[in-house]
Amino acid sequence: MRPINHAEASSHFIEAKEHLEFHDRRLWDLRLKRDRQAHGIPEWEELRNLASTIKEHTLSHLADYLEQFETQAKTNGAHVHWARDASEHNEIVYGILSGRSAKTLVKSKSMLTEECDMRPYLETRGIKIIETDLGERIQQLDAEPPSHIVVPAVHKLRDDVSEVFTRTIEAQPGNNDPHYLAEVMRRNTRPYFLNAEAGMTGANFAIAETGSFVVCTNEGNADLSANVPKLHIACIGIEKIIPKFEHLAVFIRMLSRSALGSPITQYTSHFRAPRPGTELHIVLVDNGRSQRLGMKDFWYSLKCIRCGACMNTCPVYRRSGGLSYGATYSGPIGIIIDPAFDIRKYSNLPYASTLNGSCTNVCPVKINIHEQIYKWRQIMVERNQLPLVKKEAIRIIGKVMSEPQLYRAAISATGLAIEHLPRFAIYNWLNPWGKQREVPDVPKQSFRSWYLENRTR
Amino acid sequence: MTSRDTILAAVRANQPTPTPGIPTIPLFERPPPRSLLDDFRDALVSMGGKFVPSLDGKPLDSLLKSLFPDGQVVCSATPEARGTRVIDRSTEPAALADVDVGVVRAAFGVAETGSVWLSEEELTTNALAYLAQHLLVLLDPEQIVGNLHQAYHDPRFKTARYAVLVTGPSATADIEGVLVHGAQGVRSLTVAMVPLPAVSC
Repeated sequence: MRPINHAEASSHFIEAKEHLEFHDRRLWDLRLKRDRQAHGIPEWEELRNLASTIKEHTLSHLADYLEQFETQAKTNGAHVHWARDASEHNEIVYGILSGRSAKTLVKSKSMLTEECDMRPYLETRGIKIIETDLGERIQQLDAEPPSHIVVPAVHKLRDDVSEVFTRTIEAQPGNNDPHYLAEVMRRNTRPYFLNAEAGMTGANFAIAETGSFVVCTNEGNADLSANVPKLHIACIGIEKIIPKFEHLAVFIRMLSRSALGSPITQYTSHFRAPRPGTELHIVLVDNGRSQRLGMKDFWYSLKCIRCGACMNTCPVYRRSGGLSYGATYSGPIGIIIDPAFDIRKYSNLPYASTLNGSCTNVCPVKINIHEQIYKWRQIMVERNQLPLVKKEAIRIIGKVMSEPQLYRAAISATGLAIEHLPRFAIYNWLNPWGKQREVPDVPKQSFRSWYLENRTR
Repeated sequence: MTSRDTILAAVRANQPTPTPGIPTIPLFERPPPRSLLDDFRDALVSMGGKFVPSLDGKPLDSLLKSLFPDGQVVCSATPEARGTRVIDRSTEPAALADVDVGVVRAAFGVAETGSVWLSEEELTTNALAYLAQHLLVLLDPEQIVGNLHQAYHDPRFKTARYAVLVTGPSATADIEGVLVHGAQGVRSLTVAMVPLPAVSC
């Protein structure tokens, strides 16, 4: 398989000016809202430290906590299944559904089921699946994956949604009012909630001491999926475990503040045991996680609580859109997770970053995201996964940087070139830095010559 | 080996060391500059909920009438409101599809976030809080804790089959960031401060 070409994919995104501007603005607005919430809590940094320690503690005792979770969940009357990989997960889910003649599944958003590519698997076996989160449903009806882990359709404008709903769920053509479109979605989905034989949720957290799991939504769609049908299936990645309820408080205080800049999601729902007369099935999924746990530099990514703050703050993500990463997980967190799934396919992704470190600074569980991105670049070089052009460019830069005289000559030549060359000489296909952006003005003086003039002798 | 054993063995083999101990979580209690009730109200309103400070000595039914003049089907899970639709432990969730207004008493509230705590005990049928078009929640102002740390020490989290912190109505901003209430669940959430009725012995 050819590696995903992030740069090429994002060039299509950048061409749609209106979309690009909105995407950039909307996500930056989420970042600003996140800042206001974080600054309103004096213990914010202490919470980040606690969250990171809780996760590192749990991940280093994960097997014990998983066993404790399983024992408790079974005591509560839940069925617990274990899936090594995506295909076993899909088989288990299909087995549960077909064993109860379930034909329709209402489900809330789950990145894990995206990761497992569950929908096509079940659909070819005759199961009708209704995504019930508005953004996720828009993406399902448009046959596109989510472009963001929290706001799946953030790359679409209201006209796009209107077009999708007109084509698929009988919305009035031309009515692009978001209130109207959300109402069309509500009325379309309600009968499925009432009649589906099965509901599915993911989980944001799973609590070992009680065998409970926690789902956070703003729409209440997970609660409808779980509380109306007689069968509830919850798909949970094994890294979601935390020890106790008192630890949950740390994460709930930070999750929605980091994600959307609200103090909490509208619904924070805790499922421990099935309602009387109904079934609760929990599928614990590995799919590469146990292997990643053993990767010295990269196991920290398992601390992720999927808030999306790193995506909202990332200048590359905001200006390239989630779909350009060609993977389930996009943005900075995607860059460090995806290559662990497929090193060749995602070999270009570590370069979709400026290494500015903003992702690391906003991460509520203190994952060293930008350092891991840098480490993945090193691995791509070691494993010979670098494209030839990049390899050659880096070889030349390495030579120039290692020889001061060569470096100084190159710097002044570049300055002269940018000031004096005609536009076509700078903005052409040979210079990717001139693509879809203006090269900044050259400073009047280089730092070195300023330093030589001004240093105290 | 079963998948369970394969996964647990792989996890055990790969678990990182050295391992940090389990941290103690402070309660982060601080003397509030204002009352818990004020914090609760502001947080609730910021999340799109409506706040009713008291019944002003009037019966609950008159509040219901003034809030929801068109509410035909009123289903109350608390004996404090009469309602028009009976709900009990045997009520099927889908039978609540036509409810205009649900009424329920919360066990407690959280000032930090403006949340109210509900479980199957308070809801009778959990779906009431989601299938109804509007939800009216009664909360005793004495039953408000400061923050989520304090809230999660409540032992009822460990015994309830289902427990939810509800904060404002169902909401979405998935289309261009435009806030819409009533995405899939209730279109409005009102929390009324009503002290618990005195228990007669």
